[in-house]
Amino acid sequence: MLVPGGSAFDLPGHNGTATALADWISRGAGDRTSREVLAELDRLGVQSRETASTHHLAISGACLSENLAPALRLYSDVLLRPRFDESEFDAVLSGVENELLSIEDDPQKKVMVELVRRCYPFPWGQPNEGTLADLENLSPESIREHYRRAVRPNGAILGIAGHVTLADVLPVLEQSLSAWSGSNELVLIEGQRGPHREHLPHESSQTHIGIAYPAIAYSDPDYYAAWAAVSVLSGGMSARLFTEVREKRGLCYSVYASLNAMKDRGQVLCYAGTTAERAQETLDVLRGELVRLGDGIGEDELDRCKARAKSSLIMAQESAGSRASSLSRNWYHLGRTISLEEVRSKIEALTVSTVLDYVHAHPATDFTILTVGPDELN
Amino acid sequence: MQFHQTTLPNGLEVVAELNDDVFSVAFGFYVRAGARDEFATVSGVSHFLEHMAFKGTERFSAEDVNRIFDEIGADNNAMTSEESTVFYAATLPEYLPKTFEVQSSILFPTLRQDDFDMEKKVILEEIGMYEDQPASVAYDRAMQLHFAGHPLGQSVLGTTESVSALTSEQMRGYHAEHYRAGNIVLAVAGRTEWSTVLELAQKHCGHWPSGGSPRTPIPAQSAPSTKYIVKECQQQLIIQMAAAPSGSDPRRFAAELLCVIVGDDTNSRLYWDLVDPALAESAEVGYYEYEGVGTYLTFLSGSPESMKSNLEQISRQFAAVNANGVTAEELEQARNKVATRVVLRGERPMGRLSSLGGNWLSRREYRSIADDLAILRGVSVEDIQQLLIEFPLAQTTTVGVGPLSE
Repeated sequence: MLVPGGSAFDLPGHNGTATALADWISRGAGDRTSREVLAELDRLGVQSRETASTHHLAISGACLSENLAPALRLYSDVLLRPRFDESEFDAVLSGVENELLSIEDDPQKKVMVELVRRCYPFPWGQPNEGTLADLENLSPESIREHYRRAVRPNGAILGIAGHVTLADVLPVLEQSLSAWSGSNELVLIEGQRGPHREHLPHESSQTHIGIAYPAIAYSDPDYYAAWAAVSVLSGGMSARLFTEVREKRGLCYSVYASLNAMKDRGQVLCYAGTTAERAQETLDVLRGELVRLGDGIGEDELDRCKARAKSSLIMAQESAGSRASSLSRNWYHLGRTISLEEVRSKIEALTVSTVLDYVHAHPATDFTILTVGPDELN
Repeated sequence: MQFHQTTLPNGLEVVAELNDDVFSVAFGFYVRAGARDEFATVSGVSHFLEHMAFKGTERFSAEDVNRIFDEIGADNNAMTSEESTVFYAATLPEYLPKTFEVQSSILFPTLRQDDFDMEKKVILEEIGMYEDQPASVAYDRAMQLHFAGHPLGQSVLGTTESVSALTSEQMRGYHAEHYRAGNIVLAVAGRTEWSTVLELAQKHCGHWPSGGSPRTPIPAQSAPSTKYIVKECQQQLIIQMAAAPSGSDPRRFAAELLCVIVGDDTNSRLYWDLVDPALAESAEVGYYEYEGVGTYLTFLSGSPESMKSNLEQISRQFAAVNANGVTAEELEQARNKVATRVVLRGERPMGRLSSLGGNWLSRREYRSIADDLAILRGVSVEDIQQLLIEFPLAQTTTVGVGPLSE
């Protein structure tokens, strides 16, 4: 279930609101205490997860189909009738703080969280996990207020996949969610983006390098070309970054690029981690490869991307959880579901020239570069 | 689902669980060669060798290997642990023959000197990456301390020193001793025919050198010990270990359920004591089985100030469980939780593969999903009580990483 109200909607100075809500909302609901909620999830054998993403409060679960009806009734309590017991609030806040402190100790994670914060205008880059300095501004009232404004049926999307039919679940949903009412009143004030270039000192063995550059939205007609461009860079072990940075030069263990496509914008996010003395060379090679994509793409490179995509699309069908999340995601971004056949034909239709047209229209430039490690790079 | 098993004349054991209701097929070569099989002078060689497998064979260059897997969209990789090195892949059934041809060939790589020198740099970067992760540092040191004097205490990655000093000649020697058909299990899960599996195995693995496992498991004795590694961090991590049933002990199922009850990441005793009230970021107990030994591993992280009282609370909780056991209600919840995990993991051939290959490599045992569920249902409160007599929860070995010095 995707409910609008993710971290992008945390008010200025209140980053962490959505993630705190994701924790507090399941600590007691309806006539169940926090302990009884978790006991019931275990009794029904539900693997459950409540998180904040950029756009949404995301609540998901997986269970055997015979337990779906009672599981949905329990989730409707969590959504509609959270207890918001104030005695739990300190623990919620400490939990958010603990998570943030663990990111501080993990430079590989920290560089990507901080890269996203810098490459998008506020509030799109606000970390889903929150910001340490903002925690003191969060109060039970501010979280309840966010719940009141955000957790409303309009814009909420429920995706279900697996061994059930709509006729099976509809009566349960009508019974348990029809009382849900009101409209969300989310406020979003866009601000400035962060600095293009920065170094965060950290006593680490490696220098962790993050590079971002502009891409497109998930709903853009060129989305598949954008996906293919990133896939040529980082789609498999024969892709360019792995080959040039790791296989040919042995500069790092981990190097990748990924397409971060949001509702109305996107960035390509790249990472490489390398020992400090080889960090400058790694940055230069990595940046060079991103730019070189505009010089040309081989037919064989694109064919491999297509083959990988087709296989992984089919294999993803084997998991009900991954089918449910792609249903909800497509409904959010496109307002409809997409069949496997449609995705397959769009991938099949890609040519080297359509992908290159995309790369030329959205070249690797306007970089955001962030490093975390012992020394600053040029 | 249909189970099949055979042994090739050279000793390669082949097991398969075939299923027409899925779209893909996964297979893996499970080699009984891990960190515990290394002499200290070649620490890290199993893992380094796993990397070298992708650097080319007589028939396929490194570029060929990477390119061919991508051309057919195979999802392939390899991993090394204390116990084994596993080369695995998932693919669509029509690409199984090609994927199998390449994946089976890389177990016998060329080991060219310039590739060896280049890949050594990558391994040293991997060691550097894990050095920056406090949890990895804590795990390595805890294993080292808990299994002091026993080969299970050796780091999978090795150290910067041991990997730097390693020669390709040493690696060849290690490969010749361990990569023999009788020391390898081929496991296949998902959508294909048994006749196809047999044909591929005979064609591509039938000529592998015969010979069995050079491993002779020795018993482990762990004396209580404590080590704190001071590191400038926001959080303190602590790992504690204690003896638990070995991988061949029938009490391992009770041990797994006990750990879920006491230290699962949600709705366990330690979760309610420490994580729910946010006294700790995480407080988990897991059961780890190895050949000949097993461990309970407690992982605790959070603010340095809270650590002393958190460790005391864990002691109290362990003492309470050791004295009074668990309740029927707790056991029932844990059973349901584990049952869901077994079923969901089994949705994909890749999920079934790890259970199929792991069980056969360590115990020559096949268990279907239904078998696993039946075993879970069969564990009683009394079984856990019995387990705790010989293997009580304990804090024998303690390793800390973070601001605290004791």
